Amino acid sequence: MVNSILSDKRLRYFFLAWWLLWTLLQYIMLRQLNIDQTHAITDSLISNILLAVSCFFISNNMKYYLPRREKYWYILVISLTVSFLWMLAQQAVMWIIFKESDNYGDVIHASWSIRFGAGFLLISSISMFSLLWYSQQEQKETDGRKIETERLSKEAELFKLRQQLQPHFLFNSLNSISALTGSNPEKARHMIQQLSDFLRGTLRKNEQQWNTLEEELNYLQLYLDIEKVRFGHRLQTEIIYKDEILSFKLPALLLQPIVENAIKFGLYDTTGEVIIKIIAITEDGYLKIIVQNPFDAETSQPFKGTGFGLSSIQRRLFLLFARNDLLKTEKDKEHFITTILIPKMANDDESQKRIEP
Amino acid sequence: MKVIIIDDEPLAREIVKEYLQSTADVDLVTECSDGFDGMKAIQQYQPDLIFLDIQMPKINGFEMLELIENPPAVIFTTAFDEFAIKAFESNAVDYLLKPFSRERFDKAIQKYFHHANSASTRQLLEAAASSPLQQSRIVVKDGNKIKIIPVNKIHYLEAADDYVKIITADGIFLKKRTMSFFEQSLSAFHFARVHRSYIVNTQLITRIDVYEKDSHLVLLSTGEKLPVSKTGYSKLKEVLGI
Repeated sequence: MVNSILSDKRLRYFFLAWWLLWTLLQYIMLRQLNIDQTHAITDSLISNILLAVSCFFISNNMKYYLPRREKYWYILVISLTVSFLWMLAQQAVMWIIFKESDNYGDVIHASWSIRFGAGFLLISSISMFSLLWYSQQEQKETDGRKIETERLSKEAELFKLRQQLQPHFLFNSLNSISALTGSNPEKARHMIQQLSDFLRGTLRKNEQQWNTLEEELNYLQLYLDIEKVRFGHRLQTEIIYKDEILSFKLPALLLQPIVENAIKFGLYDTTGEVIIKIIAITEDGYLKIIVQNPFDAETSQPFKGTGFGLSSIQRRLFLLFARNDLLKTEKDKEHFITTILIPKMANDDESQKRIEP
Repeated sequence: MKVIIIDDEPLAREIVKEYLQSTADVDLVTECSDGFDGMKAIQQYQPDLIFLDIQMPKINGFEMLELIENPPAVIFTTAFDEFAIKAFESNAVDYLLKPFSRERFDKAIQKYFHHANSASTRQLLEAAASSPLQQSRIVVKDGNKIKIIPVNKIHYLEAADDYVKIITADGIFLKKRTMSFFEQSLSAFHFARVHRSYIVNTQLITRIDVYEKDSHLVLLSTGEKLPVSKTGYSKLKEVLGI
């Protein structure tokens, strides 16, 4: 349900002050016209209380019914009607109080046009104000819903992107474990341990969460250890970083798919030993991660074939930072190089402080 | 029975080896870690049966089979359970999804003995050829060498009897396939069959000229000119989106 106008404390006081001012003004005006005190006070109070009731009625009406089309005509008509009713009620009440004991009824009668004008002005202002207020409230609610929907779909998409990278790795690792149980049970047990830790990390980590580079590198190491068991001596890795950047924060699970892509690329595009080089540095407030794998420029498939891993990373970076320029790839004759830039986390000075103690 | 294992993961070879030890009448002649070694070994030892992984360095299991004259019976061992498998399901002796149990493995071996005379790998390849998968590269034999041609390096293809000529910057290669096979398998890569005898890489087209009534000529950035038939012209327009 939308918030009523009177739910705002400041607006409540504002309306009260306005009402008092209006009542006082009417009183002063009546006194200036040489009306006696009793009549002036009664008249101003009665008129303005009735006016307040009318305004409350019209505003409350808007809360439940907002005109969609012809809204300005609607306001004009309803304001005119309510003003007219207000005039009638005012005269009736005054007549009940003062009967025909004096000639005050004539005074009211003679001033109908100015009363109607003033009443109409107030009532139409209030209706206009209510219309804007409730339209805005409604807009806010729609926006809120829209943001929520967007957030949910974004989460679902990130989840899907993450899932797509897993099964092949998982089944091949299980096959390696299956082989090890016969020949080297101790090593098999160790690999089950590593695989479990790796999978637990994937399940527990939230895509929106930011972790330190240290945590992410530890997680990456688990993955690399498993891959090394699978591919034996063919796969070598080299990770280069300075200790002081270990506390830099980056989105969880971003690094591993990039390395996974480099490994796949390297292992399936060449037949010899494969060295995967991972370099982490800071540059202009960004964390820059460079992943390099060997490849054969002659026979490498068009980007379409091997690009899946990277296009999903590109998409993730876009969802996280709304930027398309954070992932770059380049190649020379023998190496394929993937570079990602990670902006410093918003509202987080901690990481920066820890870098420069 | 002579057997070869071809798989790039050492532990994956090890488990097949272990299971084979308790299988009667098996002579494991060698094991290979990629398709090139696999090809050489097959030519050298002429095995009866191979265990073949699909995803391997340089050329995958399917591509390796395509390059062999008289391929032996094949049992695929793979973690892939994607559509690629479906095409081979009815024609390969069997396929084992990793990780597989000893029972499942023994069953595959049994299947081989029963099928030894019926389903040949030749049929398997023919089945694959008639339902082409979208391939982003073509593997051909160039003398004793194997050449991997990424599809974006192809200028055009030309029909040549039982073969198809593949024209690239590096030269001309032959592949025993039909034009309609390539028309289908290259459909996702901006190729159009502009003529009964020509499939062209549309990304290289620089000009289309009117030639005669109902026929056109395309000019490629590489300088080559190809005829375009009437139906070819409408296919070309479709691919180019005009």
